[in-house]
Formats: sequence, C-alpha cells, structure tokens
Amino acid sequence: MTQIELRGIEKFFGAVQVIHNLNLAIADNEFIVLLGQSGCGKTTTLRAIAGLETIDKGDILIDGKAVQHLKAADRDIAMVFQSFSLYPHMTVFENIAFPLRATRMSSGEVDKSVREVARVLRITDLLDKRPSALSGGDMQRVAIGRALVRRPKAMLMDEPIGALDAKLREEMRAEIKRLHVKQGSTTIYVTHDQIEAMSLADRIVIMHEGFIQQVGTPDDVYSHPANLFVAQFVGSPVMNIAEARVADEAGAARVAVGGAATGFEFPRELLSKLNGHAANDGLTLGIRPEGVLVRHDAAPGYMPVEAQIIEPLGSFDIVDLKVGSKMLRARTKAGYVSGPGEKVHARIDPEQAHFFDTASGKSLGVRL
Amino acid sequence: MAAVRTSSEVALNRVAIAAVLVATLVFLAPIYWIASTAFKPKELAVSVPPTVLFEPEVTPFVRLFTKRVQMQKTVDPQVYDAAPWWEKRIYDGGERVLKVGKDVQLSQYPDRFMNSLIVAVISTVLAVGMGTFTAYGFSRFKIAGEADLLFFILSTRMLPPVVVAIPMFLMYRAVGLNDSHIGLIILYVAFNLSFSVWLMKGFMDEIPKEYEEAALVDGYTRMQAFFKIVLPEAATGIAATAVFCFITAWNEYAFALIMTNRRAQTAPPFIPSQIGSGLPDWTTIAAGTFLFLLPVAIFTFLLRNHLLRGVTFGAIRK
Repeated sequence: MTQIELRGIEKFFGAVQVIHNLNLAIADNEFIVLLGQSGCGKTTTLRAIAGLETIDKGDILIDGKAVQHLKAADRDIAMVFQSFSLYPHMTVFENIAFPLRATRMSSGEVDKSVREVARVLRITDLLDKRPSALSGGDMQRVAIGRALVRRPKAMLMDEPIGALDAKLREEMRAEIKRLHVKQGSTTIYVTHDQIEAMSLADRIVIMHEGFIQQVGTPDDVYSHPANLFVAQFVGSPVMNIAEARVADEAGAARVAVGGAATGFEFPRELLSKLNGHAANDGLTLGIRPEGVLVRHDAAPGYMPVEAQIIEPLGSFDIVDLKVGSKMLRARTKAGYVSGPGEKVHARIDPEQAHFFDTASGKSLGVRL
Repeated sequence: MAAVRTSSEVALNRVAIAAVLVATLVFLAPIYWIASTAFKPKELAVSVPPTVLFEPEVTPFVRLFTKRVQMQKTVDPQVYDAAPWWEKRIYDGGERVLKVGKDVQLSQYPDRFMNSLIVAVISTVLAVGMGTFTAYGFSRFKIAGEADLLFFILSTRMLPPVVVAIPMFLMYRAVGLNDSHIGLIILYVAFNLSFSVWLMKGFMDEIPKEYEEAALVDGYTRMQAFFKIVLPEAATGIAATAVFCFITAWNEYAFALIMTNRRAQTAPPFIPSQIGSGLPDWTTIAAGTFLFLLPVAIFTFLLRNHLLRGVTFGAIRK
C-alpha cells in the first residue's frame, strides 16, 4: 500500500526553473507514466522522488509522510535506470542481491529472495554470468530484478527500455506490463515515447517545459486532449492542426481551413457550442488523420480535394490532401488512393474534431 | 575485408615484424648489458672486445651485499676450507668479509634498497589514494572554480623540479626534514599528486554516475557506494596510476641526491656513489642496478592487464 503525493514542487537549475508548481497524487498500485520531450522536467521529477535531486519548494509525500529531506537510501524506493546500471564487476546474482546486502538480511534469505525474483523474471540460468555477457533484454530484466528484490514501496523507471532496439522494446513493454499486473506495485515510469505511455499507463502525466499539461487515462489524453501540445504529442500519426474559420451557411456550420473558399460541413449546433469563437480569429481545428474521411465518388458533405503525397505504412496509408493552402493528412486503407494528383472527396468527421483557442492553445471542450 | 592476403601485404607484414624486432633489440640491449655484467667474473667486465659467452657466477651479488677489506696476505687454508661457498668467492678475490664476532657485516646496499622501497611504496599509496578521492570529488560534485583548481593542481608540475631543488633543500634543512623518509615521501607525494589527480579524474569521469545513484537508491550511503562500486570500477585506473607513480618515485634521482645522504638515502643516488675512486668494480655495480630494476619490472608485469586497459581507457569504448 503506497501512495505518493507531490505538492507544489518547484525546482531550479541555477536561474532556470525546470519544474513549476507540480501537483500530483498517485494511488496505490497505480502505473503512472510521465510523458514528455527531453528537457520537460519528467526525469528531474522522478529523480526528486527518488531522492537523487533536491527540490526547492513543495512536499513529496510517501504514504502521507514528507520525505523530501530524507536521503535516497531511506525512502525505500527502487529505481531502474535507462543505462540499467548493472555493476560490471559483480555477477547477476550479486547485482540482484546488492540492495539486500545493505540490510541485515541473512545470506540464506538473500539467496532465497534472489532466486525467487530470478524465477519470476525467468533469468535463473543467468545468475552466474556477468552483465557484459548478457543481451540488452536480459540486462533489463536483471535491472528490474534488482529493483524488485527488496519489495520496495514504489518502483521508479527512467526510460528503462529506451536503449533497446525496436523489437526488443515491444517485448519488454509487454513484460513490464505482465510484471506490474502480477507483482502490483506503485510505479512511476518516465518516457518520451507516447506509444509506450499509452500501452503501459493507468494514467499518463504529460509534461512540457516544467508544467503538467494534462493528467488522465490513455483514452482520456487521446480522445480529450486538454491543449494543442497534448493533442500533437499523443497519437501517431500526428493530429492535423489548422486555424479555422466557421461560417453559418444554409442551415449548416461550415469550417474552412487553410483559407479555402468552402468549408467542411458541420452540424449547426457547433455554432452555439463555440459561442462567440465562431467566425472569428483565434480558432484552431484539430483532427486526427483517422477523422478525415476519404472516398472516390462525390457524396453529401464531401468536398473535392487533391491528393499530394501518399505514405504507405503497410496496414494503412497516410495521404496528404491539399485543402486551401494547408495539407490535411488522412488515414486510408492501404492503396485506396492510387497516386499523387488523384482527385478524391473528403470530409471531417465532426465527432472526432477538436477545437482549441489559438492564443492559449487550450481546448474549448467542444464535442459533437 | 580481404580473406586472402596479397603477397605485398605479406611482405609488408614481414617488414613490420622485422622493424619491431630490431627496435626491441635496441631497447633491450642496455638491460642485457647490465644483466650480463652482473653475472660476469670481475676481469671479464671490462674486457675488450666484450665477452659474450662466459660462465655466469653470483660473486658480484655476494660482494654487493657484504662489507669487505683487501687482504694483506693470503688466507689460512684451514680458514678457507671451513668457510661457506660464498665467503670462498670473496677470499678468491683477495678480500675478506668484515665480521663482528661471527656476524657478517652487510654493505649499505640492502639499507638503501629498503629506503627506496619504503619511500616509493608509501608515497605511491598516498599519492594514488589522495588522488583518487580528489578526482572523485572533482568528477561528481559541482565545485566552485573547478577548472581553476584543476589547473592549479596541474601547474605544480610546470616548473622543472631541479629549479626548486635548492630552495626545497634549505626549507627541509630548516624544519629538519632533510635526510628523512618522511621528507622524501612528502616530496614525492606532492610531485605525483597532480599527475594522480588528473589521471584518476579521467577514469572517474568514465564511470557512469548511475552506478552510484543506483546504490544510493538501493540503501547505501555515498561512502559505501564509493567503496563498493566506484573503487572496484576504478581498479584499472588505480593500477595504471599506481604504476606511473611508483616508477616516478622509484627512479627519482635529483631530489634524493640533494635531500638525503645517509639514513634515508635511496638506491638511485647510492648506486653511482659505489663507483668511488680508482678502478670501479663494474660487476658489483651492475648487480646492484640489476636488482634495482626488478621491483618495477615485477610490479608492471603483475599489473600488465590493468595497465594495457588503463592507458587505452577512453580511447576504446567497451
């Protein structure tokens, strides 16, 4: 049972503030992912929780107890580093046993605990080897084993699979998920890879320039991005973003992007929901490529557009459609649009459209 | 990569091997000369042309370790027969070994050798130990004026040592450190420390910070992390630094000559002083020099694996 709470954390590196008034409550057994680009403060936050970095303001509470003045060793937290940090001069067994050697545990118990963890991680046959003889994935398993063996209050992981190649990364992602489900421990995981975040997290915390942008379940941050940063950071291929003008035409709302003469057709209720933002400057439309619907023949609500670039991605294609001066990226079935220059018809699925205030970047919360 | 080597490549390779062999012979020649002279009968040491094939003997070493005087008359045959083999060798040379009662009087060489050993070992341990801690501090913590401090440490080596030899001697005499082991040790530590700090700093920088951070999170103090993780990881660097410091302290001649004369005199100034006046006994001097070469050779040989890795550290990533 471990809850972690961050209250009003501020951190400066010299004159540069890297964390701004950060508040976050993490529930017991929760898998939290801190997601953001490098330099956004996610790793600093993690290191502050571990006790490897001091904070300038605020409280870090573990089970309700402020720990920001405790040394790392006294916080009973385990950490897995991106570089794995396995000690080259020790065998795998000694590496895993290392945290236990700091306690007064008898060598019999140490042996038992290490073997138990090795069994769970399926690395029993590696115990006598040195880290240099291991593959990347096995190093990772050993690093996790070293973190698990002490049964810490919480696990911190700093891009633990960032150094692995793509295939192995996918494998280890599944393994980390399996372990979390099986062992169950409060986990804070740092990554810049939004796919990793989406697949692992109970809740994702998206950070940018030291500020939390949004906290929510993977579905939340994907379907209801709080601002333009989150909208563009989460999801692949990236969401289309375009300044838009909304007009009231013949009983329907029309949303024009890229200065196009005609706009995409939207239900009329959009006008009332936008409430003043309509037709004015300062409105930005966000639409994921799967929300741009494409067909060959004309149909009500569909606008004729021209395909410019086609990126085949195997299971689907990404097609750049020219709308006014903008490119709108649409996701189509593989090979649906035969080549550049082809004339097709497109519309925007109103249900998948997001509207943001251009100046602040904040979502207007308008959903149809 | 060519699986089959062309004839020109083979030829080039042979030339390279030949060049290395020649260079090795040139470098080994003086060492061979010292070693062979140390085992030569006295009269062959100065023979022209030099004798290459001879029956090796250990008499020079017996002379090296004993105090002897020239005999006025020949030795009593009874005494000669009763003497151990090594004493007979001395009698053969027309000398006798000095004794107090039955105890053989040793020459100064073992003392001087021990002095060298004491001074070199202790100064190496201190210089490498202090250098390791200092380097760790510079490598891991933010230190105000770090670059300036490191430069200051390096600057202590910029002056040729001989320039400060006389002032140092006067200072040492004033505080009574001249001709003492501690005096020489302090001098050599001061001399080697800058080298040790800079070399160890390079090695420390190569050890990932995450190693200690992992240990800190796992329940260890920084001190424990230093001894359990950093030191074993730095072993290679420590070995390389120790070899260099030891060689410097072991071979140092100028300061040892000026600062010491009796009690704390080390082997380097002592060995040439054996030449004395008149006809020098080259075989005994060669024996002393040969023994003096051994510790460095053995030390370097024992640490050769670390050393090879040590001097190429940073150039090659694992």
